[in-house]
Amino acid sequence: MSAKKDHLKHALIPEHTKLSDKEKEALMKKYNITLKELPKISINDPAISHLDPKEREIIKIVRKSPTAGKTIFYRGVINE
Amino acid sequence: MEEIRPTYKKIHSITFGVMSPKFIKEMASAKIVTPELYDKEGYPVVGGLMDVRLGVIDPGLKCKTCGHKLKECPGHFGHIELARPVIHIKFVKEILDLLRSTCRSCGRILVPSDKIKKHVGELEKIGAELGLAERRKRVAEIMVSLKTITKCPHCKESQLKIIIEKPTTYIEDDKRLSPIEIRTRLERIPDDDLEVFGMNPKAVRPEWMVLTVLGIPPVTMRPSITLESGERSEDDLTHKLGDIVRINQRLFENINAGAPEIIIEDLWDLLQYHVTTFFDNEVAQLPPARHRSGEPLKTITARIKSKEGRIRHNLAGKRTNFSARTVISPDPKLNINEVGVPQVIAMKLTVPERLTEWNMKYLKEFIQRGAETYPGANYILRPDGKRKKITDETKEQLLEELQPGFIVERHLMNGDIALFNRQPSLHRMSMMCHRVRVLPGLTFRLNPAVCAPYNADFDGDEMNLHIPQTEEARAEAEILMEVQTQLISPRYGLSIIGCNQDAISGNYLLTRFMDIPREQAIDLLASVGITEFKKLPHKKIVSGKEVFSVIIPDNFDFDGVSRSVPSDNPDHTVKIRNGQLLSGVMDKSNLGEGSGLLLRNIHKQYGRDEMVEILGRIYRLGIEVLLKYGFTAKFADADLSEASTVQINKVIEEAYVDVNNMIKEYKEGNLELLPGRSMKETLELRILERLNKARNEAGKIIADNADQRSDTMTMVRSGARGNLINLAQMGACVGQQALRGERINKGFNRRTISAFKKDDLGPEAHGFIKSGFNKGLRPHEMFFMAMTGRDSLMDTALRTPKSGYLYRRLANALQDIKVEYDYTVRDAAGKIVQFAYGEDSMDVSKSEGGKINVKQIINSVMEK
Repeated sequence: MSAKKDHLKHALIPEHTKLSDKEKEALMKKYNITLKELPKISINDPAISHLDPKEREIIKIVRKSPTAGKTIFYRGVINE
Repeated sequence: MEEIRPTYKKIHSITFGVMSPKFIKEMASAKIVTPELYDKEGYPVVGGLMDVRLGVIDPGLKCKTCGHKLKECPGHFGHIELARPVIHIKFVKEILDLLRSTCRSCGRILVPSDKIKKHVGELEKIGAELGLAERRKRVAEIMVSLKTITKCPHCKESQLKIIIEKPTTYIEDDKRLSPIEIRTRLERIPDDDLEVFGMNPKAVRPEWMVLTVLGIPPVTMRPSITLESGERSEDDLTHKLGDIVRINQRLFENINAGAPEIIIEDLWDLLQYHVTTFFDNEVAQLPPARHRSGEPLKTITARIKSKEGRIRHNLAGKRTNFSARTVISPDPKLNINEVGVPQVIAMKLTVPERLTEWNMKYLKEFIQRGAETYPGANYILRPDGKRKKITDETKEQLLEELQPGFIVERHLMNGDIALFNRQPSLHRMSMMCHRVRVLPGLTFRLNPAVCAPYNADFDGDEMNLHIPQTEEARAEAEILMEVQTQLISPRYGLSIIGCNQDAISGNYLLTRFMDIPREQAIDLLASVGITEFKKLPHKKIVSGKEVFSVIIPDNFDFDGVSRSVPSDNPDHTVKIRNGQLLSGVMDKSNLGEGSGLLLRNIHKQYGRDEMVEILGRIYRLGIEVLLKYGFTAKFADADLSEASTVQINKVIEEAYVDVNNMIKEYKEGNLELLPGRSMKETLELRILERLNKARNEAGKIIADNADQRSDTMTMVRSGARGNLINLAQMGACVGQQALRGERINKGFNRRTISAFKKDDLGPEAHGFIKSGFNKGLRPHEMFFMAMTGRDSLMDTALRTPKSGYLYRRLANALQDIKVEYDYTVRDAAGKIVQFAYGEDSMDVSKSEGGKINVKQIINSVMEK
């Protein structure tokens, strides 16, 4: 993993955080989904390199949105 | 009557596979052995390609296999035994992959035994988690990795390189593999190994890809046509099958006679060719099989693929009855939700009405009038399903047998429901439901206000009309698709239907300048359809604003701006209180399509039906004003006064001087560079900038000096049509012609046109047009204009089909994505695309220009 995390400070990279197991459960229940229905993110994605991601974890992304101001997105980590 | 209950069964799964020779033989009801079709008497030969066991295509005959008659018998397959196996052209690639990935001697996959299990497990997992597409991708990856293995991990046999000589020849180490060899190799691959290739051995055994038995399609899918002369003309497929059977028989004979190997090989190749072209006559390396006329045969692949194929033409592209198409023309007297239908069309299109005791008399009158007099009827449907045409001869008899339960197909009448559509249907507003209005003439008539959603004009556009035939369809069209329901665009939350052209000019003149006698005002309003005039003040002279106020609802309040009025004028702000237009002018920013909140608020406050009513009145009012008081855009409107001509010439002269100075600086090398630009680029940019400035200044002079009350200026100012640049180009100067955002730089060696000196960098040598259209262009200017004209023509001609295809792909990709009840956006598989629709879960069509007016909501709540 790269020592420098400068790219994370870039204005175009939104905030990525990992969901805890409990939060993960709650999310899956809320939308009535399994990991299969969730959008994906590569385990090697530079934007989450600092989170030490594992397969099947869920990443929460908080983005700026031109319509809503702020929007929350979730992605399941995949390895390939 | 006994009720017939249909049986419903749920499909559990579908397996796709390759037909095995055994399956083909079991499926076949006849073995075909002779290429002859008919005997001397014209009867089909038994064992020929038109064998009666393959189905019937002649009326009156019964099928030898199923005993049904024409149209009832679905047709039955036959088969032929091929003398030698041939490759199936559609599996060439799969066969190559299999040959390369398996051992040439033992037939095992080139993967060590212990790893096979691992691969299979991995594929199962990918299939379950990510779907079949991903699984196939992985299979392809495995195959690629096996290509380079040179030694079989099972029997240690060294592997040779197999290449393919298109279309159907496999070569291993310079030696040709015959289909027989290929087939034996494929046979050796064990079932267990096939799973790694993603094949289900029950459905696909690889050796089935090499044909030993060929299925013969039933005659019902290749019917022959009897010409007027009594001659029979056979289908392309029958011709092709004839070739196959003939060569096959020759091959059999030669083999049995022990003919030399070369002859057999040649015939074998020929058989391969015929079987290949039978499946696909457009294989790249093969000359297509042709008719005697030289036209290529249409074989199986051609029937299925491409735009004219079964899928896009017959399955995806349906044709409809009860529809009409003709040229459109405008009619502002129609309501916005009406469509004018020519009487001739109204007499062809019908609406089915079920006969009951109560409407018997009413419907009988239609039948009485028959098909030839206008509101009549064309057909009667009896409960037994028989369809009877109404003619003068049958009329009497039909009237007698008429009883409840019959259906009468009567002519289209005023108020009937119709769907109206213009291609390309890019929008849901491209197909809306209108009320029929039967009119004389031969064109569809529509209110010009609905041109915007259809993107229609009247330069020869044609549109389609469909008449829904069931109660359900009519209800659905009315509730979901009627013009009223489509007023607010789901794209930006404003009204897409508004006033245009004359309707804007008229309302602008009325609300800005006019004061008219009360009688005239009543005249105007009456022609719009108003009968109640108590809102009009009892004065001798009423203002245009007061006239306009009559057609807006009494309790309507609104605040807005008129862009046509400068901000220092009190008329700049639109103020409506209690349905009175107190200040402000109606122009494009208030009445136009997709602009301003005036129409949006009317919609919100009074609902769609009322809005259509009001909009129709506003529209007609505008037009009536112009009709009564006259409106002419004349040539002289673009004329310039002496003084402004001098002024404009001065502006252009100054620009020329500036440009020449820049060129001088450039030649001396003193030009100040723009960041990141070379000297030449800097010069070009600055010249362009300076000349555009000159053109704008000229435009401004015109705008200031032109007669503000001229009708051309009225159109420009109200936003109805035209802009200042158009005016400047006519009156003063056309301006710089640009190709790809630069001045014109092409042409001859070191110059654009031979009228100039070489290396002339001046404005006129590079496409600046000093003259205006009013005066006329000079010769070199005309050529520059023609250059940009041709360029933009080409551009549109090339861009339209490209963007059309782009849109088609986009629409197909997005077609089953929808917003679920929890506001997530999901595809057909339930995968989430967005967690909240549009990230803010807002229905744009319920917003005002994409926003929600919170203030207004608070106010309305506080009032209560």
